[in-house]
This record gives sequence, structure tokens and C-alpha cells, in this order.
Amino acid sequence: MSAASPLRVVDTTLRDGSHAIAHQYAVEEVETIAAGLDHAGVWAVAVGHGDGLGASSIQYGRPRHPDRELIAAAAAVARRARIAVAILPGIGTRADLEDARDAGASVVRVSTVCTEADIGLQHLRLARDLGMTAHTHLNTAHLLGPSGLAEAARVVAEAGSEGVFIVDSAGALLTDDVRRAVAAMRAALPPEVEVGIHEHNNLSLAVANSAAAVEEGATLVDTALAGLGAGAGNCQTEALVAVLERMGIDTGVDLWTLQDLADEVVRARVMQRPITVDRLTATMGFAAVPASYLLHVVRAADRFALDPRRIIVELGERKVVVGQEDMILDVAAEMATGRHRSA
Amino acid sequence: MPALRVAIVGTGNIGTDLMAKVERTPDLELVGVAGIDPASSGLRRARERGYAVTHDGLDDLLERVDGIDLAFDATSAAAHPRHARLLADRGIMSIDLTPAGLGPPVVPPVNVAAHRDAPEVSLVTCGAQATVPIVAAVGGIADVAYAETVSTISSRSAGPGTRQNIDEFTTATADALEAIGGAPSAKAIIILNPADPPILMRNTVYLDVGPHEPEAIEAAVAEAVSGVAAYVPGYRLGSRPLIADGRVTVMVEVEGAGDHLPAYAGNLDIMTSAAVRVAALRAEDRG
Repeated sequence: MSAASPLRVVDTTLRDGSHAIAHQYAVEEVETIAAGLDHAGVWAVAVGHGDGLGASSIQYGRPRHPDRELIAAAAAVARRARIAVAILPGIGTRADLEDARDAGASVVRVSTVCTEADIGLQHLRLARDLGMTAHTHLNTAHLLGPSGLAEAARVVAEAGSEGVFIVDSAGALLTDDVRRAVAAMRAALPPEVEVGIHEHNNLSLAVANSAAAVEEGATLVDTALAGLGAGAGNCQTEALVAVLERMGIDTGVDLWTLQDLADEVVRARVMQRPITVDRLTATMGFAAVPASYLLHVVRAADRFALDPRRIIVELGERKVVVGQEDMILDVAAEMATGRHRSA
Repeated sequence: MPALRVAIVGTGNIGTDLMAKVERTPDLELVGVAGIDPASSGLRRARERGYAVTHDGLDDLLERVDGIDLAFDATSAAAHPRHARLLADRGIMSIDLTPAGLGPPVVPPVNVAAHRDAPEVSLVTCGAQATVPIVAAVGGIADVAYAETVSTISSRSAGPGTRQNIDEFTTATADALEAIGGAPSAKAIIILNPADPPILMRNTVYLDVGPHEPEAIEAAVAEAVSGVAAYVPGYRLGSRPLIADGRVTVMVEVEGAGDHLPAYAGNLDIMTSAAVRVAALRAEDRG
């Protein structure tokens, strides 16, 4: 990263991308991708289970390797890049965060549903006590408008969050929503607290929304190589970098290295199903259902012989939030047994 | 048989809901309510109903009211240890609804009998109250290798105690799944959902089990559900349990009685109901 660039890229191929492969990263894949990202100049490499530290479970899926092994593998090859982890209060605990710190993580993103920002204060304090950089992910961000997000950001910033991300977990935000939210947060936060954007591409807006956020003053962007991430994927790292450079914004990262990594490693060796806006992921954006549900919905639809889109639409009507994967099974079982009465 | 003389410490939502439930319980006689906020609506309500009340806390209540047999502590984890000492010094039994976790953890249908003489018991968490009976019931007929629970509650029913100590909620619930539910290893997850209208509390219990008869598991789950429903009428099975490939998935929802707390707050209702249940059993023991 060049000293001149105010922009800091957090590549989340190795964390959010984990959702797209049911958390089955091999250590060697983590080493290759982390080393490449470090070489390309990203500020931080996010690593671990897609649902954050401590999420190895029946509810969210068992990873091939525990978080600590993957974090240590990434930390061992990163010369400049920081290693970032996510933790969702209610899922991951103090012990998980201490383990991650000991394995080499130095940036924590405390992720809460945006309406429940106060449940993250305990973990923000803990992160700072452990000497880590503490950021907040306000997830399921479509639930609040600009003023609500700005208020939530103010609460976590007061508790020591050095950066606050709008996390569009369902890929449901429109570009104008993002612009107004970033502007409101920027206006509400002290200058030293950064605003970040974390997009999902379910409505094919991830790159456009992220670029708009940067124009409005966001300086932290979460991206993923080849878009590898939950649902239709995250904001594609190498696409966003190209767009920002065309806009005259110095990203400080090397486009060609990122493209090679995306095509030669992520697409060629990691990606198992296309990361794309198809009828399932587009329905998730349309119905405002967290993108992380995708593979769980596909499995439940198979198990109960249902159209996955019907499950997604019903979940949207029930206003589910990040973390409620058990609702997928519940809704599918209800539909299959006919207890469900709607169309 | 004379009724058990009980006091309520704490005049917030939980304390006020307890008042309604104690009034409905024949073997319990409410003799005093202690708060610390003179403006609290719970305290006003208690005064209007003719109970001895104080806004100077438990110490003052103990000065004024003699012969208290049992006290419910519905204050905070920080205040509880001092209350527990004051009560123990006077030989008054206490039932702790805070997350302090000092006394032995009790989930009424599972292990209340083991702690009949304990001077103090803790009700752990709403998640534990809602899920431990299912884990214990399945554990009674099959080998449970692992238990995992997901409790989802309405944001509106999550008070400051839960919000500020969410880590303690997950670890205390997981500990109870092992210690009382009998699972050799366990994980607990809590999710807050802000939907409006508010959702009912719902719980998913996942169990990895050894060889079993699916029908026996279904029957054990049904029996456990009716055991809890005996004192929490809104506790019920969601979809039929899913049993396949060594995994049992049970979903239960909890609708509150709507006494003081709204019906969606099943997570709070199951705590106050469990507290009154334990007190009623103590009254029976004494009688």
C-alpha cells in the first residue's frame, strides 16, 4: 500500500469466501492466497470460518481446519499485511478471540446485527484489552436507514471501535442507500474513526456500491478475489481496484498480482460453484435474506424436495438476520409437511 | 398448611412479572418487595397491591419484614452476591434469576430434586431453561455425544443484563448443557432478532446421538416438552423433530403468559415461571 493512499483494502477471500466452499479451505490454499495478497499490498487479510471465530458448529458447518490453524498459516506468510478475524457476539467468545490473537490475528471485526450494536461492546473492549485493532461490522444493514446506522456507529465508536463497516449481508442495498448511509456515518463520527463498506453482489451492485461508498468517504473496503464469498459473492477485489484506479483513486495495491491470484488460484483451484447472480442469489438480494444462507438453503431444498426460492422468499418474510441458519430447516420442514399455509 | 412466605428483590420487568405469578400460586404468599428506585413502576404496583415495599433495597426490607422463607433475586449479577450473603445469614432460601451463577444451576424438570435443600439455586439462562430438558430427555434413551443449541429471542425482550454480558450467556448455557443436560461436550448460540412484530423465543437443539429408536426419541422429546409446559404453558414443539443419520434436531418455541411481560418475551417468562416452580416445590416439601 502506498503511503499516499487513504484507502485500506481488507481482502476477505479467506473468511467470507469460506462460505462459498462450506468452510473447507486447505492450509496450502490459505498460504498461497495470503502470500499473494500480502505481495499485492492489501492492508489486511481476513481469515477464518465464514461465520466468525468459534462458529464451527452444526448450525454453521464444520471447517476442515480450526480457525487457529488457518490464522497461523496466513500470519506466517504475511510480511506487511495484518491478519483480520471476525467475531459474532452470541457465537464466538473471549476464549476464541484470545486463541486468534495468539495465532497471529491483530485486527478484529466485531459483527452484530446493525440494530443490536450494543451487544458488541463487550467484545470491542476485549479486543482492545488484547491489543488488537477493533472494528465493527454492522451486519444485515438493510434493516436500518442512514440515521439508524449513523447512531449505531456512534455507539460503537464511543466504545473504541476504530472503524465501522456497513455490512450488506443480504446484498439488498441500492447504491443510493449506500451513499446516504456512508455520508450520515461520516457526519456522525469523529474524523479518526473510519467508515467501511462490505458488499454482497446478489443484486449485481457490489462493485458499484463499494465505489460509491469510497466516493462518499469510506476508507475501508472489504473485497474478495473473484468475488469468492457468500451468496453471489463479495465485492470483487480486482474489479474494484480497476474501477477505483479509473476514478483516479490511488488504491496502493497491485492490480496484476490480484488478477493472477483471482484467476490462477481462486477460480482454478478453490471455487466449487460459480459465484454469480443466478435465480437463487438474486432472490436472496430481492427478498433481503443473508447471503451466508445459500448453501444451507440448497441442502434443505434437496432434503425436502422444495424450490429453494420458495424457502428464500419465506425467510425474507420472516425477517431473518445473520446467524439464524436453523430457520432454514424449520421453514423447509414446515413447507414440506404442509403446516405452512401461504402460497 | 401455611403458605411459604416469599419476597421479591428487584422491581424491574422480571420482578413485576414474578409478582403476578406468585399471586397465582396457592402455596406462596408474597410478603415484601424490595427495589432501589422510588420511581419504579413495579414498586408502585406492589404498593398499590398492599405489599410491604421499600426503595432502600433488600437490607431495609429485612429490617421491616419478619419471617421471610424465600426470596427471588431479580436484580443484577453485580448486586446478587451481596444479596445472597444477606439472605443466607438469615437462613432465607434464595432463587437467583440474575446471571451471577453462584448457587447450583437448576432446571426444574431435570435436577430440582438434587438441590431441594440448597440454600440458594441459580436459574442459569433462559436458553438453558428452554433446551436442557430436551438434551436430558434424549440423553436418557440414547448416547448423546454432542449438544448444540441456538436460542433466538426478540431484541425487545433482551435487557441490559443479556446485552452487556452476551459471552457469559453463551458459556453459562453451554456449561448447563453439559453439567445438567449430560452432554459430554456442548455449544450454545444466542441470536437477537429485531423483527416487528416481535418474534416468539425459539430454540433449536441439535444432538449427535448413538444408536437409537427414532420413535423412542420422539416420545422422550414429547414427554420433556409436556414436562416444561406444565409450568410454562406456552412452551411447545415447533416442527416435528428431525431424526436422521445420527442427528436429532428439535425445535421449540416459547410464548409467554403475558402477565407483565408481553407474550413474545417467552425467554423472560420461562425464567420467572421456573423460579416460581422451584418455590412451589419448596412449599410442597415443607408441607
